[in-house]
Amino acid sequence: MKHKDLQQRLADTGYIADEGLAMALSLAMTLERSLLLEGEAGVGKTEIAKVLAQVMDTDLIRLQCYEGLDANAALYEWNYQRQLLAIKVREGADMSADDVETHIFSEPFLLRRPLLEAISRDKPPVLLIDEIDRADEEFEAYLLEILSDFQVTVPELGTIAARTIPYVILTSNGTRELSDALRRRCLYSYVDYPDAAKELRIVKAHMPDIDAALAQQIVGFVQSLRRETLEKTPGIAESLDWAAALTGLAVKALADDPETICASLVCLLKTEADIKSITGEVTARLIGKVA
Amino acid sequence: MAMPAPPSEQISGFIAHLRLNGFPIGPAETMDALKLLDRMDWPQAGNARLGLKTMLSADKASWDIFDTLFDAYWFGHGVKTVAFGNPGPGHDRRREAKPPSLWHNVLPPPEAPGGPQTRDIGPDDDDDDDDDDRGARGRATQKIQASTRDALSRTDISRIVSPDDIRAVEQTAERLARAMRDRLSRRWNPSPRGRVIDMRRTIRANLSKGGDPFDLVHRKRPDRPVNLIVMLDVSGSMQSYSRLFMAFLRGLMGPWMKVDAYLFHTRLVRITEALADRDHGRAMERLTLLAEGFGGGTRIGHCLGVFNEHYAKAAINSRSVVIIMSDGYDTGEPAAIATQLARLKKRARRLVWLNPLAGWDSYEPIARGMAEALPHIDLFRPANTLQALAMLEPDLARL
Repeated sequence: MKHKDLQQRLADTGYIADEGLAMALSLAMTLERSLLLEGEAGVGKTEIAKVLAQVMDTDLIRLQCYEGLDANAALYEWNYQRQLLAIKVREGADMSADDVETHIFSEPFLLRRPLLEAISRDKPPVLLIDEIDRADEEFEAYLLEILSDFQVTVPELGTIAARTIPYVILTSNGTRELSDALRRRCLYSYVDYPDAAKELRIVKAHMPDIDAALAQQIVGFVQSLRRETLEKTPGIAESLDWAAALTGLAVKALADDPETICASLVCLLKTEADIKSITGEVTARLIGKVA
Repeated sequence: MAMPAPPSEQISGFIAHLRLNGFPIGPAETMDALKLLDRMDWPQAGNARLGLKTMLSADKASWDIFDTLFDAYWFGHGVKTVAFGNPGPGHDRRREAKPPSLWHNVLPPPEAPGGPQTRDIGPDDDDDDDDDDRGARGRATQKIQASTRDALSRTDISRIVSPDDIRAVEQTAERLARAMRDRLSRRWNPSPRGRVIDMRRTIRANLSKGGDPFDLVHRKRPDRPVNLIVMLDVSGSMQSYSRLFMAFLRGLMGPWMKVDAYLFHTRLVRITEALADRDHGRAMERLTLLAEGFGGGTRIGHCLGVFNEHYAKAAINSRSVVIIMSDGYDTGEPAAIATQLARLKKRARRLVWLNPLAGWDSYEPIARGMAEALPHIDLFRPANTLQALAMLEPDLARL
């Protein structure tokens, strides 16, 4: 799919992607390569996978990474309960040990975890490997093997090759340096905080009923808030929360009721230090800029 | 497409251009890039740019400079980006930065005799023009070494810079690193590669299999490698110590522990990769670039702030020990030091401040910056003699 078309179709579902991201996605699909997305928390990295699944009209399979994630949880596991049950049932029956063994190590007893599931679909799904930087380095190496060959070897069953190649999206928040090998294997795109125009489109796409002037002010305020020194810079999700909160509070313009605005900033500021550093005066100054 | 002539050659030229600028890419990427351009007949260069950018960049840094490099190569915009690796002729002229005399003593000389900047002075007078200023640079270094040798009788390490002493400092640092290395934990964690069987978990895990120990769960004591962050002040007031502290830093960076190193003066620069570079010539190049503007004032608070904002999240975990090597003389706002140290303290396990001046008899931490910093520091030690550095061992081992 041409990247312009893709960009348009993403926009239709409410995800405003810039040209770079659309190109990255369209390339990843054409070349059947994985796409590594990096960027601050809250810029919409995970969201893009969901929207892509929607656009491609396919399933989203998600693998959330965490410290200690291993192959059992990511790839496959045998269904032990079912195997034991099968053995018990066949105890009286006249079956050789070999037959029983072949039987209990067959496909129906295999629990497919996200990675195996993703390569055994008839229609390629979107495979989201979220926050890969949280997983251990061993797992990263393991993942590398699967992403290059798209096949999985189960000792008892043999090698399972991919029926279709899934669209793979990896995200990282940069809490750990990823290996060069993984970076080389993937296409790369850095997702930045949106500029004012793009953020305005996002807000409008998510909240079609919002007053245009208010949306403008909200976006302006968040944009200048991001330039303040904060421990945790608000992302797009936070802007949307705040916009929803203000609409709910029936605020017409930011300058009308500074106290309410100040109180509603909890939607944007997520640490104690940040809440303390954005005082009433700072809020008033920021409002002054956009009003 | 905006490119005439055989594209394959131009593309491989472009790949080489990127590689010179630090992109970790090889022939496989050239093939991919060609395939990519071949597959889609894009009408404009803009699309090719976006596509190649996605394909060839690997991290934020390369993502950010790609556009500049793209313009420089295809449109000849006169952007001069310094290339690492083998510098071509005229390379040195591009930036007349401060002479990197500091690094000469720290980094071992490269194996190849013709490597940049470490030419021996003497008989080889057949240097062409281009090599002349390198020669001059080398001569300057020799001079510094000679003059410092005269003053060896004094013990303060600002005075000693013989290669032997440098080695001694490195060894001291290595010993420290080893002493701090692994604090084995008292806890047990389940681990597939552990050697001990975890009975409780094994029984629990096998309940569903009729209680027969079917799957064994192993456990081990987790490794707790100490994670060290070192920030070295290279401002004017510290200049005489920086050389030794650099050696100290290199010693710490052995195989023993994970060390993340930064230099600061008015700005903060990360030098971990540069220090760890196995190609000494290139390491020199990189450190030279990084040390630009070095030897001037200090803004400790500002630099700590930059660290907190940009690096802290990735660099620090709850087991990190942060070592700051500075004399506390600061041209910035002293209150900022306290604020930033407090922030740093929240993330790190221990803060250590090594101050070369603290070893002097009548030293009082009266420099405003130092006074502001003290309440937040866990360990404040002198670091002006080799012995003082060696004495750190028991302290650091307990951290």
